[in-house]
Amino acid sequence: MTPTSNLVVTALGLLNYWVYIFLLCVGLYAVLVKGNYVKRMIGLGIFQSAVFLLYISMDKVDGGTGPIFQGEPVAGQIFSNPLPQVLILTAIVVGIAVTALGLALAIRIKEEYGSIEEADTQRMDREA
Amino acid sequence: MTLSSHFAILVVVVPLVMAPLVAVLPSRSGTPWLVATLTAFVSFLLAIGVTQQVMAQGVLLYELGNWPVPFGIGLVIGPFAALLLLVITGASLGALLWGRASMNQEVGEEHQSLLYACWLLATAGLVGITITGDAFNVFVFMEISALASYVLVSAGPSRQALTATFKYLVTGTIGATFYLIGVGYLYMMTGTLNMADMADRLSQVSDTAPVLMASGFIVLGLALKAALFPMHAWMPNAYRYAPTIVTVFLAACSTKVALFVLIRFDFLILQPNLGDHALLFTTILMPLCIVAFLVGSTVAVFERDLKRMLAYSSVAQIGYILLGASLVSSAGTTAAILHMFNHAIIKAALFMAVGAMVLRYGSSRISDIAGAGKSMPWTMAAFCVAGLSLIGVPLTAGFMSKWFLIQAMLEIEGIGYLVVFLILVSSLLAVVYIWKVIEVAYFQEPASMPQGEPPRLISEAPMPMLLMIWLLAIANIWFGIDPSLPLGLAGMEVQQLLGASR
Repeated sequence: MTPTSNLVVTALGLLNYWVYIFLLCVGLYAVLVKGNYVKRMIGLGIFQSAVFLLYISMDKVDGGTGPIFQGEPVAGQIFSNPLPQVLILTAIVVGIAVTALGLALAIRIKEEYGSIEEADTQRMDREA
Repeated sequence: MTLSSHFAILVVVVPLVMAPLVAVLPSRSGTPWLVATLTAFVSFLLAIGVTQQVMAQGVLLYELGNWPVPFGIGLVIGPFAALLLLVITGASLGALLWGRASMNQEVGEEHQSLLYACWLLATAGLVGITITGDAFNVFVFMEISALASYVLVSAGPSRQALTATFKYLVTGTIGATFYLIGVGYLYMMTGTLNMADMADRLSQVSDTAPVLMASGFIVLGLALKAALFPMHAWMPNAYRYAPTIVTVFLAACSTKVALFVLIRFDFLILQPNLGDHALLFTTILMPLCIVAFLVGSTVAVFERDLKRMLAYSSVAQIGYILLGASLVSSAGTTAAILHMFNHAIIKAALFMAVGAMVLRYGSSRISDIAGAGKSMPWTMAAFCVAGLSLIGVPLTAGFMSKWFLIQAMLEIEGIGYLVVFLILVSSLLAVVYIWKVIEVAYFQEPASMPQGEPPRLISEAPMPMLLMIWLLAIANIWFGIDPSLPLGLAGMEVQQLLGASR
């Protein structure tokens, strides 16, 4: 293989990580730039999902199968690492709780201000 | 096995288990407050028990379910953690004893059982962060305490509490997620989540790109959580619009817990394993800390709201704390730990005094409390004592921490002299903003009422409030004369943190 194709293979082999970086940036952008509270929660969701992907990607062991014990151990069999999956299960639950609380806040903001645009709520706070 | 050997885990389990129980108690009866306060009291006693054990043994190790570390999760309580444990449980108990009247006025009785349940969850989370020896466990406890704190802040009386909470939620989640990314990179390189194990194994892969990235993400995430300048934007409004009882609690301990994790992670895990760590840590954090206390103090001078003023003062204090730690020297770290403890009792006392005024005047604007020196003499007197301590007048706790901080700065010479000068400037600014309140409270006549209305009669704060305020004001003087408790624990911790490297 030529050095260039080598590079391409390496880059594609890291596809998960590219996607992770992309999602991280998209999510962070939405959170920081969007003025709509619901859109910002969506951004936060994407941002957190990116990290889930990071953890899930790192648990894959080349040639490893699912980490489930099936009767007699087979010589030479390798398993993927189950620990990151367990960790990310916890992180997903945390993410759901954050999203639920954030959206509940958005509903309360809508009730109190009649809008979920940050520009509107800021204007109303200034006028008050 | 005796009960005392389980204190380490009980201190987090007790509030965690009591939280759902409090949630189902009838709101209007006052029992939620009573049960929460009793729980906080038990946690405080447990924390004292843990501290005694730590003082005897140096470090307390507890293996959950008897699974040997690093296979199971271990609790590791060092002297610093023990000190912070006292601060957290003490702040929780103190604020609850202080704030029943304030809570009734600002939140109403309807949702109190849920709020006190969240209070206990927040306590459990903060305690958990402090005592765990597992990097991922820190994240989980961080989110438990953060989610509970969001709910507490959002219960504030005005609608701005909601938007302030939203900002707090977004910033807090980004901070925690950055921390999670950093831990992910470290796990990738070491295959372990136990902090001590991680520190050992990192030596084989030190100075690789993922480890550097990890340190960046972890420091950034925790700095966001700790409201280090310029990442403090969420804090002033969260403190301003939260119910005052919540502000007292959060201001005393929540940002400090993030600082604790930052200091421990960096000194224990990264410092021995990254060649340039000390240099990077100092050159990145020290300028931020200096700007933090200069900007924080300056903004506080111009702030017209008492709670926001104290929040900006907290931004400055976080600068002092981290400035000490950023030196990576034993004197600097001692100063950081000492100031973390002292700042907790200073800020709790100040916010409690302010909360009493909010209770009586129904406003936290400085211009509205004119005449408080006459109508609430005891509260204002305590405010003055705590204010002097914040400024750093001798014989107060604040003086002790500034004294140690300045000594640590003088040790490095050169730029240290300039920083000492800036610390003095910032302290003078503190004189200005504390004086601003004193001037209005003592020397301004209350605004005249519209024609025909009788003048408002403002009475002194209720007795439980006054007792707690004065207890903390006296603590400020006590630890200014005899700082042996925080100083002793700080000294033990510094030996453990930096003992290996020097």
